[in-house]
Amino acid sequence: MTNETLATYSNYGLYSAIVVFTLVMLMFAIDLAKAASWTAKVRTEDHERALVGAQVSGAAAQQEPETSESPETAETTTEVSRPRQFAGMGMSLSWLGTLLLIVTLALRGLSVDRPPLGNMYEFALVGTTFAMLVFLGLSLRRDVRWLGLFVTGPVLLTLGLALTVFYTQASQLLPSLHSFWLVIHVTVATLSVGLFTVAFSVTILQLIKSHREQHPPAKPTFVEAMPSAASLDRTAYGLHVIAFPLWTFTLIAGAIWAEQAWGHYWNWDPKEVWTFVIWIVYAAYLHARATTGWSDRKASFLALAGYACILVNYMVVNVYFVGQHSYSGM
Amino acid sequence: MARRTRDDLVERPGHELDTQPQESEVLQPKIGFLGLLRWMWRQLTSMRTALFLLLLLAIGAIPGSIWPQRNIDAGRVSDYLSQHTVVGPWLDRLGFFDVYSSPWFAAIYLLLFVSLVGCIIPRSRLHWKAMRAQPPKAPRRLERLSAHQERVVVGEPEQVVAAARAVLRRKRYRLRPADPVDPASADTVAAESGYLRETGNLVFHIALVVVIIAVALGHLLGWRGDVIVPEGQTFSNTVSSYDTIDPGPWVNPESLKPFSVRVQKLDVSFEDQAGGAQFGQPRGFTAHTLTRDEPGAPVKEQKLEVNGPLSLGGASVFLLGNGYAPVITVRDAKGRVVYSQATPFLPQDNNYRSVGAVKVPGGDPEQLGFFGFFLPTLEFDKEQGPISSFPDLDNPALVLGVYKGDLYPGGRPQSVYTLDTDEMTQVKGADGQPLRLLIKPGQTIKLPDGLGSITLDKVVRFAGISIRHDPGKMLALWGSLIALAGLIASLTIRRRRVFVRVRPAEPETAGAGPDGSAPPGPRTLVSIGGLAKGEDPRLADALDHVLDAIAERTGSTS
Ligand code: HEM
Repeated sequence: MTNETLATYSNYGLYSAIVVFTLVMLMFAIDLAKAASWTAKVRTEDHERALVGAQVSGAAAQQEPETSESPETAETTTEVSRPRQFAGMGMSLSWLGTLLLIVTLALRGLSVDRPPLGNMYEFALVGTTFAMLVFLGLSLRRDVRWLGLFVTGPVLLTLGLALTVFYTQASQLLPSLHSFWLVIHVTVATLSVGLFTVAFSVTILQLIKSHREQHPPAKPTFVEAMPSAASLDRTAYGLHVIAFPLWTFTLIAGAIWAEQAWGHYWNWDPKEVWTFVIWIVYAAYLHARATTGWSDRKASFLALAGYACILVNYMVVNVYFVGQHSYSGM
Repeated sequence: MARRTRDDLVERPGHELDTQPQESEVLQPKIGFLGLLRWMWRQLTSMRTALFLLLLLAIGAIPGSIWPQRNIDAGRVSDYLSQHTVVGPWLDRLGFFDVYSSPWFAAIYLLLFVSLVGCIIPRSRLHWKAMRAQPPKAPRRLERLSAHQERVVVGEPEQVVAAARAVLRRKRYRLRPADPVDPASADTVAAESGYLRETGNLVFHIALVVVIIAVALGHLLGWRGDVIVPEGQTFSNTVSSYDTIDPGPWVNPESLKPFSVRVQKLDVSFEDQAGGAQFGQPRGFTAHTLTRDEPGAPVKEQKLEVNGPLSLGGASVFLLGNGYAPVITVRDAKGRVVYSQATPFLPQDNNYRSVGAVKVPGGDPEQLGFFGFFLPTLEFDKEQGPISSFPDLDNPALVLGVYKGDLYPGGRPQSVYTLDTDEMTQVKGADGQPLRLLIKPGQTIKLPDGLGSITLDKVVRFAGISIRHDPGKMLALWGSLIALAGLIASLTIRRRRVFVRVRPAEPETAGAGPDGSAPPGPRTLVSIGGLAKGEDPRLADALDHVLDAIAERTGSTS
């Protein structure tokens, strides 16, 4: 029933994707390292210009604090002028790596003649593919080259784990997985996990950036070359707002499927419990943003807590907790 | 900084877009008991309490995923209790084995429920008013709003105002009617859109209430029962036919619809190709059944599958398990049949090593009991003895010990799958060791001491069937789908106010059309300001589009 040749080619696909994503990470890392030295240089130049200006007229010097106060304008000037061929290569290779992941999945699916959504190894591949597609989709709408390292980093880590820890031989499904709800429920779940993952990276960057904005460091690093904390916050919120209804749908679709497969739409099975907990925590995040007395910064920590729950749901619940969702293939 | 829009709203009390009740922090200490109740109510229904309760609910749900739960697997709970004699009883007292029916969990969700209702009612009232109110007057200084733009267009101010009204109406804004008394307002348009955002939000929260009610209905009026049906046997839906039945508190167990299900044949297949952990995993279960809606009704041939339940008499019939039921016949010394039936053995592992018991109350001269294993693919392991190495019937065998004596001491209730050997003695073989029988299909083995014989006629499969009735199911489904729709509306629709003010353009700016080559004629300066509730990264774009449309209507652009 399993076509071994296709399964083997699928594995080769994964190896190549891992190689490509390693290169991608390298490219984005070099780009960010250059950003740090560039910002430092631009700053000293600005500073010198300001000093020169101060000798000409006092008014010019007064402008200096103004530019540093609105980081978005400062950042656009540096962004425009900085040569970024490494980030460009990173982006092109990201497309290549994602394509390889899609091929890997397609071959895997073909080799067993079913959607590749049956065990943790396959979930990991689909999840990383979605995370990359979210990143690439964002990149079509605006400049997110600063985010590259922080998406491909987790992606590479997950692929590594998939290969070493979660790897499962290609085979058929358990009877309870024979349902088109598998495709609907698991696809939407992994898509929202992909979105939550990118949102998580942006949220972390936002927290670092907002700390840096409050306590500007003496020596600028790549963080200073990133968008402002407010802009990062908006990006993170935008991603969460798409991911949350998708997760809500995951929950509902899971309940419908549970009703068909096990006879009750809600059994408080560990997997269900954690899906619910994740949903509640992200609902709390959305609430917190609308609650007086909760700063966006504080609310962001709830988003991080939500992501921690996603990790628990995937890594701990699948493997260690006894329940009806025993599909890890391990 | 992202809060800018909301801070703007707070600064201008007349311009609140929030229909969320104001949370007053000021409390008046002199109001006494009623005042205290009012204060408590207000605290309970505040956003902060809702947030706190949400987090509490999340944390409270977690223990149920860590410790085994009685309603799911009572056996694992007793195993846990016998292994953890110190912490176990404490966890039990705290309800950690019945989390979802424990008082503290109920307290959290009931408080959240009350908070939710207490939040929905005033918000609905406010929103109802807001829906029918006119957009407020334009503020004096539009440039102080969170988004503001200006542009010079061709045309007299009155024409431009008319164009702005038309454009905003086309974009489904609600317009504040022109004020006939105040001629100064003639140069201004005030508009608002996105009321559906709050509507969606309220629909979402109300639908959550509906879902909670649906779950409660299912709990009170629903029931579930489990039964094991070997191939060739019929199950009819009465309370006494179930192995276990769990009716809700408001269910009359005598009112079950008398449908019946006959399991003709059970098709099962297992993985025999892939290696590793996948080897021997189940791959397909299908039960071929004959069903009747009630006695005497026509028989229907239906397939019952793992993801394909049957629907009978308002209940759903699910195939949840399967296993083997060896057909066993016991005869007494005279050759009279004292026991003959398909006897289900419960699978214990992935290779269907199954345990079960044969109880022969009519045994002669004594009651007889057999206890042991059924192994679909018998193999001998040096340490574990006889085991099963594959779940399918490759080399089936029964391995049984034999007991005689009193099967039902004291009439205590007992499981069908084990023997209560308190009042029984184990039958010994010729060597003085406890007798152990190994029986293959078709074999008959004579028992010592004139106890008769036992035959394994053949092996059939059984279907583990679960039957459920949940009257709240569809309500829960509709509630959650409507909640999802409301949620999407509330997260994607933008609530915006747009204000336009025009005045004749100053001569020096008059020539500067957007492309520098505007047609000749009078010029008007359009000033537009926008205000949004919550996050709205596209507010400035939206203003741009309004300006573009106005310019197009007045003929300022080609
Ligand atoms: C059962 C628990 C609840 C859940 C799962 C829940 C979920 C949500 C979600 C996901 C949102 C996001 C929509 C948005 O950002 O516009 C939201 C908004 C909101 N919720 Fe709840 N909620 C619950 C209970 C409550 C309660 C008890 C209250 C009242 C105290 C409340 C008041 C609000 C308000 C005022 C908003 C609007 C926030 C805004 O417009 O930005 N919610 N809720």
